[in-house]
Amino acid sequence: MPNQTNDNYVISAHNLTKKYGDFTAVNDISFDVPAGESFGLLGPNGAGKSTTMKMIGGVSQRTSGDLTIMGLDPEEHGPEVRAHLGVVPQQDNLDEELKVRDNLLVYGRYFGLPMSYLKPKADELLEFAQLTDKAKSKVDSLSGGMKRRLTIARSLINEPKILLLDEPTTGLDPQARHILWDRLFRLKESGVTLILTTHYMDEAEQLCDRLVVVDKGQIMAEGSPSTLIREHSTREVLELRFGSERNTTVAADLQGIGERLEPLPDRVLIYTHDGEAALEQVTARGLHPITSLVRRSSLEDVFLRLTGRSLID
Amino acid sequence: MSGPLTIEDYQVEVQDRPFSALYARNARAVISRGLMATKSSNWMVMVSGFFEPVLYLISMGVGLGALVGNVFGPNGQEISYAAYIAPALLAVSAMNGAVYDSTWNVFFKMNFAKLYQGMLYTSLGPLDVAIGEIFLALLRGAMYATGFTAVMGMMGLITTPWALLMIPASVLIAFGFASFGMGITSFMKTFQQMDWINFVMLPMFLFSATFYPLSVYPEPIQWFIQALPLWHGVELLRQISIGVFTAATAIHIVYYLVMILVGMVLTTTRLRKLFLK
Repeated sequence: MPNQTNDNYVISAHNLTKKYGDFTAVNDISFDVPAGESFGLLGPNGAGKSTTMKMIGGVSQRTSGDLTIMGLDPEEHGPEVRAHLGVVPQQDNLDEELKVRDNLLVYGRYFGLPMSYLKPKADELLEFAQLTDKAKSKVDSLSGGMKRRLTIARSLINEPKILLLDEPTTGLDPQARHILWDRLFRLKESGVTLILTTHYMDEAEQLCDRLVVVDKGQIMAEGSPSTLIREHSTREVLELRFGSERNTTVAADLQGIGERLEPLPDRVLIYTHDGEAALEQVTARGLHPITSLVRRSSLEDVFLRLTGRSLID
Repeated sequence: MSGPLTIEDYQVEVQDRPFSALYARNARAVISRGLMATKSSNWMVMVSGFFEPVLYLISMGVGLGALVGNVFGPNGQEISYAAYIAPALLAVSAMNGAVYDSTWNVFFKMNFAKLYQGMLYTSLGPLDVAIGEIFLALLRGAMYATGFTAVMGMMGLITTPWALLMIPASVLIAFGFASFGMGITSFMKTFQQMDWINFVMLPMFLFSATFYPLSVYPEPIQWFIQALPLWHGVELLRQISIGVFTAATAIHIVYYLVMILVGMVLTTTRLRKLFLK
């Protein structure tokens, strides 16, 4: 077995590349994830996050590069690796022909787990997903949020050591997101390694110990959320709205305020260490925005800085 | 979970046996899933699949048979037209069922229902899925064959106990088509390409000596028809239905055994292309 030099890494990717014909979905990326870490891939749609997830799960073959999961190549040892993996794909792929509880039982059978283990486990997970009263319902009668929760419950049926979550909270309402984050936090506390892709920066900030910012199949930056913000942005951001016609023209008059200026179609961002002071300078120049807002820098700003584009187009 | 995981918990047991990346010896999980799903939703599809050959038998055998009268069976004795075409229709239905299950059904579950996508993120390997799905197709084929044989019996078209062997023989035919069909589906990317399958199947159904003997064709066409799998199925079941066994019987059976073998090799080598993109 090709064993990693550092045994503490449960996932090691080196020069990982995936091409579909002429299109390069993942372009030469490298990262290592130690056991128990919560690791994020942050980037817009089409950045190559899902493809990376599929390669980790061994259901997509890499074009070149090395990848080991718990010291094993997922292409050569797919079934053994996946026995310890939980997967929440971007699109729910629940078994629509089966009832809610049966979805959990049947999925557990795919892992070769005995019914004596699965029955109580399924009930426990239904409770966790707040779907106990839906146990006998058909899957297609569930709401979008319920389906998502069931998919997440299903991914835990084999008590995975590594949980892959591809855009876990897309389509969930704020309350459901917070419940889910809480559950993921508990899993993390119990030592489960979380690998998560998201294009929500608040999610990445909440859940990830460390993340990579990906764009067009490449890693643009790597670090903890706070490090990334410190390295690639200022402490505060002043957001000004002058109305959609004036935002770009007014930007010229704002030159010199703050450390950096970012005119966007719907607003102007001023990166500065002191937002209130910057706002005073703006009004001193006789400019009166329709709305103004001072906030902390976020990963969104990091992404904008690194790629020149927003995360959500 | 008892206490937080430590690095020791991340050690994975490795199974060093051939095909371990493709096969986890758990096809029964796929089979029990299929049975469970059938129980809850697929009834109408199941029932319609049974009636199709029966309706053909009634319209052609009884209706057209009244015009045709008696014809000569495999060993030269006179039999009714319905008794002549019934085994052929059984072979056709074994082919259709197996091809439908291994092509359209697999194509749909893979590209639209995303069923296999979910399965393949578990400990299952692609070969577990393929074996499970083929087994389900054969089980369904066996049920249809049993039902159709019963209908033949009720219509007085069965004259020998040998005819019961048509049931396992139908499963053999279905196996040949199913193992090949899945391999072929691995090459298909669009609905248009899937339509080619029908383009092959329909003429094969009409011209494989299903409704009239091979002798009506000029010799080169006879050779061509005899190279096609359905003709062997039709002849095999036709012989069994009246309990006539010749050297040709063995050839028909060997034809299918080879087809199964080649089909399984094709499907297995294409499994990564089929399931792991």
